[in-house]
Amino acid sequence: MARVLVGVKRVIDYAVKIRVKPDKSGVVTDGVKHSMNPFDEIAVEEAVRMKEKKLASEVIAVSCGPTQAQETLRTALAMGADRAIHVEVAGPEYETLQPLHVAKILAKLSQDEKADIVIVGKQAIDDDSNQTAQMTAAILDWPQGTFASKVEKSDSGLTVTREIDGGLEVIKTKLPAVISADLRLNEPRYATLPNIMKAKKKPMKKVSAKDLGVDLAPRIKILSVEDPPVRQAGSIVPDVDTLVAKLKEGGHV
Amino acid sequence: MFKPFTLFVFNLNKSNVFIRAKYATAVLPQFSANKYAVERKKFGTVRPSDIDYFRTILSKERILTDEEDVLPYNIDWIKNCRGQSQVVLRPTTTEEVSQILRYCNNNMLAVCPQGGNTGLVGGSVPVFDEIVLNLSLMNKIISLDEISGALVCEAGCILENLDNYVREHNLIMPLDLGAKGSCHIGGNVSTNAGGLRLLRYGNLHGTVLGIEAVKADGTVIDCLRTLKKDNTGYPLKHIFIGSEGTLGVITKVSIHCPAQPRSVSLGYFGVEKFENVLELYKSAKSSLGEILSAFEMADNESITSTVNNLKLSNPIGDYPMYVLVESHGSDENHDNEKLNRFLTQGMESGLILDGTVTSEPNKMKSIRNIRESIAGSGLIDGYVFKYDVSLPLRNYYDLVEDLRKKLGDRVTRVYGYGHVGDGNIHINVTVPQYSKEINSELEPYIFEQVSKLKGSISAEHGVGFRKPQFIHYSQGDTSLELMRELKRTMDPNGILNPYKVLPDVASYE
Repeated sequence: MARVLVGVKRVIDYAVKIRVKPDKSGVVTDGVKHSMNPFDEIAVEEAVRMKEKKLASEVIAVSCGPTQAQETLRTALAMGADRAIHVEVAGPEYETLQPLHVAKILAKLSQDEKADIVIVGKQAIDDDSNQTAQMTAAILDWPQGTFASKVEKSDSGLTVTREIDGGLEVIKTKLPAVISADLRLNEPRYATLPNIMKAKKKPMKKVSAKDLGVDLAPRIKILSVEDPPVRQAGSIVPDVDTLVAKLKEGGHV
Repeated sequence: MFKPFTLFVFNLNKSNVFIRAKYATAVLPQFSANKYAVERKKFGTVRPSDIDYFRTILSKERILTDEEDVLPYNIDWIKNCRGQSQVVLRPTTTEEVSQILRYCNNNMLAVCPQGGNTGLVGGSVPVFDEIVLNLSLMNKIISLDEISGALVCEAGCILENLDNYVREHNLIMPLDLGAKGSCHIGGNVSTNAGGLRLLRYGNLHGTVLGIEAVKADGTVIDCLRTLKKDNTGYPLKHIFIGSEGTLGVITKVSIHCPAQPRSVSLGYFGVEKFENVLELYKSAKSSLGEILSAFEMADNESITSTVNNLKLSNPIGDYPMYVLVESHGSDENHDNEKLNRFLTQGMESGLILDGTVTSEPNKMKSIRNIRESIAGSGLIDGYVFKYDVSLPLRNYYDLVEDLRKKLGDRVTRVYGYGHVGDGNIHINVTVPQYSKEINSELEPYIFEQVSKLKGSISAEHGVGFRKPQFIHYSQGDTSLELMRELKRTMDPNGILNPYKVLPDVASYE
C-alpha cells in the first residue's frame, strides 16, 4: 500500500477582502484570517479517501511556513491525515518563499519518508503560481498527473483524469507519482468534533529547511503588487437615443 | 467561487430584471384581494393628473407605471401576496417623501411603503391599488462615529452594504438576517426585524438611536439623534419601530454598531432530541457566557429540505436535531478555551452526537448559508405556510410535532427551526400548491395554541397583511384600542399601508 504525502499551504481565507500594503510590497496579512488553501483541502480529502479505500497506508501532511502553519496542519490532521511535518520558515525568508523552494522541500521529504504519491493543490489562491506539483515531479523525476478531477488505482499505478482545455484527458502513471488536485476532484469534508479532538494528539514533527538541505535564497523578485483598477461608476440615461449618442461619443459603436 | 450554490435564494430579490425574467415563465400568484376576500376601502384611484403631479416632484425614470415594471413591486418574495398597484414612486430625499405623502393624504390616495420587499407577512406589497413608495434610492450613508459606533444612514440602505461599510471601521451592524443582501435598514426598523444576533446585541428598540420619519400628512418628525441616553418626553422613535409603515414612513435611521469581534467561531452539532437542545442551550449559556452570540436550532426536516432542494451539503451526518452556536469575542485564545470546555462537556454528556466547529470565514459562511437558506428552501416544494411565533422554551417544539400528527401526508413537509435563545420558532408547512383547506386547518389553530401558551403569534416577522385578524390572540382589547387611537392620531385618513397590522376599524369607512 502506498504512503501519501500531501502539501498544504496556509493562505488568506477566500471569504476575506484582500488589501494591498501601501508600499505595494505585498498584501496585508497581519490580523487577517487565514485557512487552508482550498485546492490543498481537496488534495487532503483525496489522500484521506485513498486511505479509507485501503489504497494508502499512511497520509502525511506537510506545510512550509511560520508557527501558524501548524493550525493548517491540525486541520489536515482533523480531516484524517495521520501525522504532520511542519517545515518552519519564518520572517523575511517566508515572505520570499517560492514554489521552487517548496518543491525542493517536498521532494526531499518524499524521499526521506519513502512516499509513493505526492498530492498538492493545483495552485494556491494567494499567488496562483501553479508550479509546485510540476517542479516537485521534475526534481524527483517522477511522472505527474496535474489538474486531476479523478484518480483511480490501476494495476501498475494510477489512472488520472485531467481537466484540460475543452475536455478531459485520461492518463496512466506508474508509481511513485505526483498529483495536483483540481476543483472537481472531490468535495472536502468538514472536520468533525471527535476528529478535531483526536487531531490534537496526532504527531507533528518540526524541521527547518536547513535540516533538509534546501537553500531558500529567492529566485524571483516581486517588483510591485497593485490593486486591480477600480471600475468606473455607470450612469443611467433617460432613453435609447441618449444611449446611442453616448455610445457613439465614447467610440463604442 | 468554490461553492457555486451559495445564497441562491436570496439573490432572487437582488435585481428586478431577474424577477421579471422569473415571472415571465412562472405562474403569477393570485391577487391577495381575491385569495383572502378583502374589500377595498374608499380611497381614491390614481388618475393621470396625479401622475402629472408626481412628475413635478420626481424625475421621469423614478415613476414606474408600465405594467411589467410595476409587477415585481406587487409581489412579495415568498409569492404569497400580490397587489394591483399601477404606480411605483422612487423618491431620493425626505422632502420628496414628504411632498408625496402630503399630496396623497389630501387626495385620499393610499400608499404602501416598501423597502427591500423581503417581508414574510405581506406587509411590503400593496393589497389593492395602493401607490408603492419604494425607498431603494434613498441609500446614502450619512455619517459614522467610529468612537461611539453611531451610524446614520438613509432608510433604503441594504443591510449587507451597511455591514460591509461599518466593518471597514471595525464595527458590525447589530442585526443579521438571512435576507441581508436585499433587505433595507428602513424596513428592518419599521418591522423591528430580529435575526441571528439578537441574543447578543439586543433588539432594535435598544440599538436604534434615532429615526427620521414622515407622517401621513407629510410632516417630517426628526428624532434622528445619536444619543444613547435621551429622556426628554415620550420616546417617539419607538412607535415607528415595528409599526410596519402604518404610522409613518421611516426615511433615516441612526443605529448603534457594536465593535467587530476579533474572534468568531461557529459550531454546528447533531443532537438526539429537542430536550437535549434545551440542555445544550443551558450549558452554552453557562460555559460561553458573554461570548455566546447565537444559539439556533433546526430540525431534521428543515436541514433535509434545504440540502435536497437547494443542493447544499450538510457538514455532518443525519441527526434528529441540529444546533448552531456562534461566539463573538475579543480574544481567540480565551474564546477557544471556553469553546473547548463547552464542546468537551457536550460530547462527554452525549448532548452533542457529532458536529463540526470552525473559525475559518469561508467555512462559517457555508454553514451559515445552510441555516439562512432554510427560509427559502421550502418554496421549491411549491407553497409555504409560514409561522413565526414566540413560545416558552419548554413548549418550543411541541407545535411542530402536533402539526405533523394533525396534517399527516396531506402536506409535503412540516418543519421547525429558529432562534432558541430568543424563544422564537419558525414553523413552515409546505404543500405543492396553496390550499384553502389546509389554510383553514392551520389558522386559527396555530394561533389558538400559541395564545394558550401565552406566546406571541408573531415574534419577529410582524403582523403585516396576513395576521391582523389574529392579533387579538396576543393583544388585549384595551391595548388594541390604544393602538387604534395612535393610528387615528398619526394617520387620520388611514392612507398609510392600509389593510395591515390592525384589524378593520369602522370609523375609517
